[in-house]
Amino acid sequence: MGDYSSETLSHIDRKFIEDLIRKGERLDGRAFDEYRNIEIEANVVPAKAEGSALVRLGDTSVVAGVKVLVGEPYPDSPDEGVTMVTAEMSPIASPLFELGPPKEDAIELARIVDRGVRESETVDTKSLCIEEGKKVYMVFADVYPLEYDGNLIDASSIAVNAALLTTKYPEMKVEDKKVVATGNIVKLPIKNIAIEHTVSKIGNRLIIDANLREEFVQDCRLTMAVDQNDNFTALQKGGGSGPISLELVDQAMGMALDNAKEIKDLINAAVKDVE
Amino acid sequence: MSPEIKPDFLISPEGLRVDGRRPDELRPIELKVGVLKQADGSASIRQGKTYILAAVYGPRELHPRHLTLNDRAYLRVEYRMATFSVPDRKRPAPSRREKEISMVIANALKPALFLEEYPKAVVDVFIQVIQADGGTRCAAINAASLALADAGIPMKSLVPAVAVGKADGQLLVDLGDEEDKYGQGDVPMAILPQTGEITLLQQDGFFTREELIEAMQMGINSCKYLHELQKDALKRVYVRNPEDGEDDFDDDLEADLGESEIMEDE
Repeated sequence: MGDYSSETLSHIDRKFIEDLIRKGERLDGRAFDEYRNIEIEANVVPAKAEGSALVRLGDTSVVAGVKVLVGEPYPDSPDEGVTMVTAEMSPIASPLFELGPPKEDAIELARIVDRGVRESETVDTKSLCIEEGKKVYMVFADVYPLEYDGNLIDASSIAVNAALLTTKYPEMKVEDKKVVATGNIVKLPIKNIAIEHTVSKIGNRLIIDANLREEFVQDCRLTMAVDQNDNFTALQKGGGSGPISLELVDQAMGMALDNAKEIKDLINAAVKDVE
Repeated sequence: MSPEIKPDFLISPEGLRVDGRRPDELRPIELKVGVLKQADGSASIRQGKTYILAAVYGPRELHPRHLTLNDRAYLRVEYRMATFSVPDRKRPAPSRREKEISMVIANALKPALFLEEYPKAVVDVFIQVIQADGGTRCAAINAASLALADAGIPMKSLVPAVAVGKADGQLLVDLGDEEDKYGQGDVPMAILPQTGEITLLQQDGFFTREELIEAMQMGINSCKYLHELQKDALKRVYVRNPEDGEDDFDDDLEADLGESEIMEDE
């Protein structure tokens, strides 16, 4: 049970983890470029959410749900729908999370996952227009961590994408200036898929999918969104102020690319049976 | 944006409810203990389509300190609904309704706890509604009291809870979403099963005095049944079945220790 009284780790633990990594080993015996076991359960909120997924990444788990509403478009994009990802670090998930309004780490999590979806143009926002300048669909994907044992970003990214892929909603049209349902249920138009991969730098070594204890030791992390054509659509350095060399960034990008296909295949397999 | 359709009737001519239940029949209930690894205690409940997780952290240091109670632990309950748990997207910030429900849940659980064992500390109970389909505050209490037991907080008993209500003039146990929305009233309640004392009682809608008494009696009966389900859920995690043959060695070990002590005395 995670009985961390604060975000600190004993010097002994810190040195132990660093020494292990220097020797080419990790706490749980994984290779440096190896994810923990990934389980994806699609459509876990079938009665109320338009799309949903629960993801387990080792002992980290998150649930993501999608709501589709009708609203007004932004003035600068009158013919496009809106997508938005939010995340809350609710204290149910860890003794480290406290009650209260979202702090910077929760805001960063939401914004990183949001950029992964937005920048890759995962959702075809042009086809989310009901009437130009007046009514569009607004797609909200909200993430709730349930258990925090490191790398919430990748778990959230997988969960959000799986949830978007399962999303279906009632089609609407404007009739006599009122929005009415056409009676059809349509699938969310998906153009692209970009999954985020987070690599942590410890000393001059890189490890993918750090667990909580490894996160405590990291100098910094690099999150990369890789889309279905192996393009990078979003990057974020965070998780500490340690600098990172261009050489290591290049190496990290290689680790992300090596894992990209396998994880997308897992997501596609998990959402395949949702009708 | 899930389509909401008002059913034509809540009680069929045969006397059955919209989902085919009898008036005193609970929805299918699945209780699980120890579902979240990070928490000191946790439980989940599925009651019909309602799905709720509860986690307990503590007793631990209380922040902010001005909430400290010098003679007992502070029981802090946070009931929250996921944005996607309801037909329209719920706004992410905590609502007044969520705050009130957090408070009544805390009051429902407190009489069962020996909080005086942990002066100045806090016991945190975090409740997350993943899917809401009626009766969430009662389902939350059922799960939260299991999570408290799982966390090893000293308790007098588990706290079962159920909502009784009225639709088409008929008293009904464990209201579903439609019965809650289109029925004539709702009485959520929780009890201490040993004494039958009520620890949560709310009501809305229209009831005569006789109806209310009858509703509460039905609620107490259902709570006693729920209490059995709660005990079963705990036993599934904590009681090892002797037929599995795994706890034989416990007895052997004790016997061995006893003998060796005698040897040393000699």
